[in-house]
Amino acid sequence: MAIPVQARSGNVGDRTWAWVTAIFGGLLLVVAGLILLELGRVAAPAWSHIGIVKFLFSSDWDPVQEKFGALPFIYGTLVTSAVALAIALPVSVGLALFLSEMGPRSLRTPVAYAIEVLAAIPSVIYGLWGLFVMVPWLRSPVEPFLAKTLGFLPFFQGPPIGLGYLAAGVILALMILPTVASVTIEVLKTVPPALKEGALALGATRWESIRIAVLPYARPGIIGASLLGLGRALGETMAVTMVIGNSPEIHASLFAPGYTLPAVIANEFAEATGDVHVGALAALGLVLFGITLILNAIARILVEAVARGPRGARA
Amino acid sequence: MNAFQETTVVIPPSRRMLDLQAKPVAPALRTPASAQEPPKLQVEKLDAWYGKTHALHGVNLVVPPRSVMAAIGPSGCGKSTFLRCLNRMHELIPGARAEGTLLLDGQNLLGRDVDPVSLRRRVGMVFQRPNPFPTLSIRDNVAAGLKLNGIGGNHDEIVERTLRQSALWDEVKDRLAASALSLSGGQQQRLCIARALAVEPEVLLMDEPASALDPIATAKIEDLIHELKSRYTILIVTHNMQQAARVSDQTAFFYMGDLIEVGPTEKIFTNPSEKRTEDYVTGKFG
Ligand SMILES: Nc1ncnc2c1ncn2[C@@H]1O[C@H](COP(=O)(O)OP(=O)(O)OP(=O)(O)O)[C@@H](O)[C@H]1O
Ligand SMILES: [Mg+2]
Repeated sequence: MAIPVQARSGNVGDRTWAWVTAIFGGLLLVVAGLILLELGRVAAPAWSHIGIVKFLFSSDWDPVQEKFGALPFIYGTLVTSAVALAIALPVSVGLALFLSEMGPRSLRTPVAYAIEVLAAIPSVIYGLWGLFVMVPWLRSPVEPFLAKTLGFLPFFQGPPIGLGYLAAGVILALMILPTVASVTIEVLKTVPPALKEGALALGATRWESIRIAVLPYARPGIIGASLLGLGRALGETMAVTMVIGNSPEIHASLFAPGYTLPAVIANEFAEATGDVHVGALAALGLVLFGITLILNAIARILVEAVARGPRGARA
Repeated sequence: MNAFQETTVVIPPSRRMLDLQAKPVAPALRTPASAQEPPKLQVEKLDAWYGKTHALHGVNLVVPPRSVMAAIGPSGCGKSTFLRCLNRMHELIPGARAEGTLLLDGQNLLGRDVDPVSLRRRVGMVFQRPNPFPTLSIRDNVAAGLKLNGIGGNHDEIVERTLRQSALWDEVKDRLAASALSLSGGQQQRLCIARALAVEPEVLLMDEPASALDPIATAKIEDLIHELKSRYTILIVTHNMQQAARVSDQTAFFYMGDLIEVGPTEKIFTNPSEKRTEDYVTGKFG
């Protein structure tokens, strides 16, 4: 958060603007810091009672016996978000390419509108739909089919319950799709037409020009779009808690029920008794915050690495 | 001549007969852009539109093989449009279309059966603004067309040859793996020329290729055009009269979508038939 340094010739308006933005930016940081401090204060009893390492790496969660292990929630959050992104990213990029590069112009507005509508649906509606429509559909035929075709992978084994990581991942994919797709569309719009023409003039087909000119140019932006989607997936609570099964366990199989950080916080906070339980939930909040920060950092590094291009890498 | 006499002495009469039969190719090559050869490119009644804007009105012209034609004219007169019709890039703009006859080696390029993708492999293009692929290295930029078109052979060799042709080799030979964006604008333009040359097109379209270059790089490009003329047919758009005069065999003057006059460059610049051409080349307008 560096305060922009103004050249001496900068006029008053510019300087005022710089200060105003700097002050608001600083305020945001202060608010975030205060939230963190308060979370940390509430979480303190849990830290001291359990110990950070044990809290992070044990997988028992039993408030009655005062056993608090965060691992199942961390795992559930990461897995469902990963599933969501794995589904939403290719679909979004495909959709965005279709809309901006290939599809008939007449289809663009309706599809773009449909994407916006998808973004406007409240998450509890997604949850209801998931519970009554998607979960039965996953239970059969989707999960049995996956078990039959990809069952050699540990992710697709076990009883097809319907409720579980896969259900949560699919719901999340639907929910982040509008964000990822609409940002990707905007990103694709920034690709200079001259770049595409350069490829086409060399005898590239439309698809080849997308592959060698459009996608490489748009890659940092697409990573950014994924990150926005991931941010939403990590924090989404309502719809996930309705379809994930809410069971604090760790399973390799995506068919199994699990739990996520935001879901457990929302479900247990109201009934939490005792400083340690409340503290443990606050600590889960801090963990969620930490995950978001780490992912942000990783994405930033990725975006920069990708934007920098080859420079000796691609020989 | 000395060498010839020497060989006549050494080679027995029976061999000489064979020699004579093999020879006739050589003198034919030496004649400059020959008029007796069929035209490389023949444009008849070419009309082009952007939506309702009628950008080219019935253009007719003929380009002999292995020659350079310069297209000149004031801004907005349709030079780029004309060039972009020749490799069917024009139709990529939404709402744009072209009508007429465009014969490349006698084959109509605007025909339904012509695949624009394979056509563009034969008719290369260099754009006004350099447009290297930003995420590819210098080497990969040059080799991009080779990979796209599945052209085999020693790519490193082709890269070196075309970079030498475009007068860039000495400046980049030590950093072929660096990003294309690490080059200056003029270097990027020469990189794009190398990229276009790598696939060995038959016709090369250059839309103001030197407008972003300094005088030295411009001179290099002009030298390159002279050199390429022995193998390629080149059409170049330029706003620079001296450049047109220096590099081209024929010059076409466009004005407001009409081809006003086309003819030998010398004639266009010294003794044009049309008043408007004269006004333009002498700088009275435009
Ligand atoms: N994408 C486009 N959409 C609509 N009209 C266009 C488009 N491109 C060019 N035109 C119009 O077509 C006419 C010819 O344009 P063109 O680009 O061929 O001119 P030019 O001779 O290349 O000019 P310059 O020397 O400035 O490059 C102009 O009147 C221009 O306004
Ligand atoms: Mg132009």
